[in-house]
Amino acid sequence: MSKLYSIAALFKTPDEIMSAAAKVADAGYEKYDVNTPYPVHGLDGAMKLKSSKMGYYTIVIGLTCMSLMLYFMYWVYNVDYPQVIGGKPLFPLPAFVPIMFEITVLTGAVLTVAVMLIFYFKFPNNAHPLHDSSYMKAVSSDKFGVNIEAVDSKFDLEGVKAFLSSIGAYQIDEIYFDEEEVNTKHKILDSKFVIGMFLIAGFTSISVYLHMNKALYLPPFDWMLVQHKVTAQDHSDFFKNGISSREPVNGSVARGFMPYLYSDDPDGASENLVNPYIADEENIALGKRKYLTYCSPCHGDLAKGDSRLRGQFPNGPTLHSDKLLSWTDGRIYHVITEGQNVMPGYKKTVTRKERWAIVNYVRTLQRALDATEEDMQ
Amino acid sequence: MSTIDYTKNEVNVKGNRSLKEIDDLIIAPLDRIPNMKFFIAIGFTSTMLLIGTIGIALSFYYGTGLWGNNNPVGWALPIVNFVFWVGIGHAGTLISAILFLLRQRWRNGIARFAEAMTIFAVITALIFPIIHTGRPWIAAVYLLPYPNQHDIWVNFNSPLLWDVFAVSTYFTVSLVFWYVGLIPDFAVLRDRATGKIKKVIYSIFSLGWRFSNRHWQHYEMTYLILAGLATPLVLSVHTIVSFDFAVSILPGWHTTIFPPYFVAGAIFSGFAMVQNSLIVIRKVFDMDDLIPIKTLETMNKIILLTGTMVGYAYSMEFFIAWYSGSQPEYFTFVNRAFGPYAWAYWTMFSCNVFIPQLFWIKKIRTSIVPMFIIAIFVNVGMWFERFVIVITSLSRDYLPSSWAYYRPTMTDFAILIGSFGLFFTCVLLFTRFLPSIAIAEIKAVSEGAQPSHHEGEDHE
Repeated sequence: MSKLYSIAALFKTPDEIMSAAAKVADAGYEKYDVNTPYPVHGLDGAMKLKSSKMGYYTIVIGLTCMSLMLYFMYWVYNVDYPQVIGGKPLFPLPAFVPIMFEITVLTGAVLTVAVMLIFYFKFPNNAHPLHDSSYMKAVSSDKFGVNIEAVDSKFDLEGVKAFLSSIGAYQIDEIYFDEEEVNTKHKILDSKFVIGMFLIAGFTSISVYLHMNKALYLPPFDWMLVQHKVTAQDHSDFFKNGISSREPVNGSVARGFMPYLYSDDPDGASENLVNPYIADEENIALGKRKYLTYCSPCHGDLAKGDSRLRGQFPNGPTLHSDKLLSWTDGRIYHVITEGQNVMPGYKKTVTRKERWAIVNYVRTLQRALDATEEDMQ
Repeated sequence: MSTIDYTKNEVNVKGNRSLKEIDDLIIAPLDRIPNMKFFIAIGFTSTMLLIGTIGIALSFYYGTGLWGNNNPVGWALPIVNFVFWVGIGHAGTLISAILFLLRQRWRNGIARFAEAMTIFAVITALIFPIIHTGRPWIAAVYLLPYPNQHDIWVNFNSPLLWDVFAVSTYFTVSLVFWYVGLIPDFAVLRDRATGKIKKVIYSIFSLGWRFSNRHWQHYEMTYLILAGLATPLVLSVHTIVSFDFAVSILPGWHTTIFPPYFVAGAIFSGFAMVQNSLIVIRKVFDMDDLIPIKTLETMNKIILLTGTMVGYAYSMEFFIAWYSGSQPEYFTFVNRAFGPYAWAYWTMFSCNVFIPQLFWIKKIRTSIVPMFIIAIFVNVGMWFERFVIVITSLSRDYLPSSWAYYRPTMTDFAILIGSFGLFFTCVLLFTRFLPSIAIAEIKAVSEGAQPSHHEGEDHE
């Protein structure tokens, strides 16, 4: 369904368009426009247009974004993660000035253009009736045109045509448009648009996934997971036995390591081992600390076999039984070292001195709980 | 003896062409299949680009040990190239923004091209810091403040971060400025296009521009605002680049003269590069009338002015080095002029200070071949200026035991060649696919384009 959009008239020189624009404005038309291939100076005045207000947008947007950036930097340095850098104060205003300036310019420029294009011009709009008309092709190149829209209150077809030719137009066209084609309805639910958005979403998701999970871990960039060095227990072609690490000379003893001769011989330990540490205050304090860490969970704080584990692990026996009282220090030391039944050995976690200190502490507990008359005095 | 009539505007577009002919002339390179010369040129530049790409690929595969950077010269050719290319970009914004505000109408013919060169130069420059991040595909993650699971932020105190903001703002604003200027030209192309694909592409980029005066009004105001914003911006960018050096404590870098000195140098080298490229373009595409010799002469005058400013800065640096009484400072400058890098220093000095003085002679600044050669010398000299600043200060710093002589490697040179390749390939593609002269702007300043004001209009 074709409908009249406007009557468009063409002129040949800037002088002509200037007077034509003034006459159209004087005749009281409001819905009209002047199209020129370049800005002709003075046309705003002839068309009686108010001067542009774009500058206000720039200053408001620029100053707002600048303040927000300043606040952001304050927040980062003073609230979120206060830290002193280079001995400067937490709010180093001079150091912020370059960034504040750049943000003002960036947002002022980009958003002013966006406001102009989107809110003032309603761009992008390639569906305007004037597009693709011979009138548009003329004014985009070297002609100057006036077009008076059909929606103007003073519009009547013949009257406007007569008026335009009276002010010197050399060509007058009627511009029609198809209502179906040119509509201003929102196209947000248009199937093409929706499918397009889904495609973009899919493409973005897949490419972000590939980027973050695959591209980042491509072989040259394996974050040092793979290193060309020989590690212990590795295979090596260099040595005859194929093992990267070398074996020590027979009979070598590691520094600080004393071999334990009675691992399978509790009686031997009982007979031959003698506690080398005197049960002084310091030694008992050490024994107490280690006992409370390693022994007390099962045997109880006072070695009464009152486990804190409440049945989650078999209860350790009391250390005040007659059997224990009759054992030598070496025999107790052997159990701590090698373990017994479900109790593990502690030779890897507790040092020799600490094990003897625990023996001393256990002896102290036994004596405290089963004290003789002498002790009470 | 001729006198100038100041009551009349100078003619900026010679030949008295009609508006239609201006369209045809500017758009011609876009419509015809380019000639052999174009393909030879682009073959040459893309080969250079390929050399650079290989250099970068090798650097990524084997590591930066391929470069000459080593203790004590840790900042070497990459930052020299970065500063050089950012500097080249400055002429474009100067021409499009500052000269616009100063109502220099001769700029209209060259503004579009100069802006495009700005954008390509900044792209070329950005390659170096982005490679420097080590993992360029996530460079933004390192450079921009964004909330992250480490709960750490960028260091807002650091000149290097200011640089990130300055250069990215500069690039974005230049791009927006350039695109806003291109919108009406895309509309011209749209209305001339015959092929369907071309028409669709031009329609999309023209956004539906209708040459409406209700639009031109806001458009011109916005253009003025952009020029107003870009003017301090262009001065700020090289100022902040110079902070990278000036804020450090190295002798030869730690000087307050650096910001104005860098800005003058940037405009100097940028104009030389624009002048060189324009001479080639106006020959290849027969645009002698749209870019008259007068325009080139004016550019040469600016080269002369900024070259002299740079020369003043060189001398003042020497004076301050002596006047400060600081021994390391004094040593650094004597070392620059007479030390192991004296060859670089005197190349710089003669190319930048002595040779442009030939532009005092009118015959030289108005004839094509001499001005072309002088501008090449200026570009060489400005590259060496950055080389001298970066390398001489670092190679002999406070610790004499670690002094060393820096030599760039083959890979360094390959990347330098590649940067020129990238820049000129972009420039050539630009002249092929976009109007390299602003159609609407050149129409507005051609003869008889504005109303004659003889009919007593009441609009002023």
